[in-house]
Amino acid sequence: MNNIDDISGILDGMASELAELLKQAGRDNPAMVGIHTGGVWIAERLHRKLGLGDPLGSLDISFYRDDFTRIGMNPVVRPSQLPFSIDDRHIILVDDVLHTGRTIRAAMNELFDYGRPASILLVALVERDGRELPIQANVVGVHTRLSALQHIKLLGPEPLALEIKQGS
Amino acid sequence: MSNASLQLDAHGRLKHFLCIEGLNRQLLSEILDTAESFTGVTEQTVKKVPLLRGKTIVNLFFEASTRTRTTFELAAKRLSADVLNINITQSSTVKGETLLDTLRNLEAMHVDMFVVRHNDSGAAHFIASHVAPHTSVINAGDGRHSHPTQALLDVFTIRRTKGPDFGRLRVAIVGDILHSRVARSQIHALNLLNTGDIRIVAPRTLVPAHAESLGVHVYHDLEAGIEGADVIIMLRLQHERMQGALLPSEHEYYELFGVTEEKLAVARPDVTIMHPGPINRGVEMDSEVADGSRSVILEQVTHGIAVRMAVMSMAMHHHKERKA
Repeated sequence: MNNIDDISGILDGMASELAELLKQAGRDNPAMVGIHTGGVWIAERLHRKLGLGDPLGSLDISFYRDDFTRIGMNPVVRPSQLPFSIDDRHIILVDDVLHTGRTIRAAMNELFDYGRPASILLVALVERDGRELPIQANVVGVHTRLSALQHIKLLGPEPLALEIKQGS
Repeated sequence: MSNASLQLDAHGRLKHFLCIEGLNRQLLSEILDTAESFTGVTEQTVKKVPLLRGKTIVNLFFEASTRTRTTFELAAKRLSADVLNINITQSSTVKGETLLDTLRNLEAMHVDMFVVRHNDSGAAHFIASHVAPHTSVINAGDGRHSHPTQALLDVFTIRRTKGPDFGRLRVAIVGDILHSRVARSQIHALNLLNTGDIRIVAPRTLVPAHAESLGVHVYHDLEAGIEGADVIIMLRLQHERMQGALLPSEHEYYELFGVTEEKLAVARPDVTIMHPGPINRGVEMDSEVADGSRSVILEQVTHGIAVRMAVMSMAMHHHKERKA
């Protein structure tokens, strides 16, 4: 596994990989959207590094989760904020940890309720095993394999740190 | 079982929503925060979220009310629930069906939530204590007792207009306090949020006995009552009150308690004007006040949808317990 203590170095690598990918694909003037909460922290840094024109958007996917009737409402749901029109835009969707893929499914559903983007790229700081849906990230900072009982969590916003916990 | 304990589950979360009494400040704030997050849904191209997809909500209205029913219906639809409107005054009671029979029939259709409006105090509570365990009941107004979602949207509107610190606010409620379920619920909600000074302003015939025990100051003179007020909430004067010798005439009420720009001079310059609607122009206030820049009467209507979305989604989540 990569050294997960050097998050700032990882982010530098992600930013240049993302810039190269956008260039190759000819996706001009993309807009970035972070998923609450950790995804927004990562997106803020990438947004700054890429110097994007539009302000950063944020999504709270609580109202789009597929497990609402099983685990109930999050105690704190922040309003989603997309300070630009989604229609025909190239969107960069950013999350901290890509695990089952369900969060990304919910986020894409929510994005489409705001409009019809031209394309969506997925960026994740950490990609781990345990996918339950056919969703993969275009840019990943750290690939890691964990047991089903282990959880990886991003702590922040300042400083950012990754923590691996043994679950029960 | 009291209303307060009936509406919460074992973890202190909403199961039904029947009255403001029995909520704690934390839960009230949680409802308002959730409502805040729903205000963004109207900015989406698709103005709905899939939260209550596949749930069935029945608006059970024993008393006519276009506005309240419409906002509940819209709130349910923006949560992607299926909604059925039943107006009982024109339906089964005419045929002699009892309330419980009506309820059992609807339950047999696997309804998940009832939104109840009834002219008897305690009706929503009665229904909540008789429904199947996994069915929620929301009170949309019962007799003179309670209209909790109206009170929520009022404090939500105040919070959005004046900020979260209610301790520094002077709020005057003007009008028929005696017959008003809205006023009772508002007073409870304002007290729960530690509002600095709650005043009720009304003719002596329209103030309940021992009103001070509700934690309010009572005024019988409009200008004394609204002096220095940050918020003035006017209540609708029901036409039928005119017949009970409680008031001489609408005109005299307007002369004494109708709010005009001139009388507002004693309130704070940034006073916020509220009314649950529908307004009697030229009775509770004149048009200049109702349509003026300090009026948030139409914002109240908009906020009513977000607040009802919050209450419905929070009460619906106790359903998970049967699946756990």
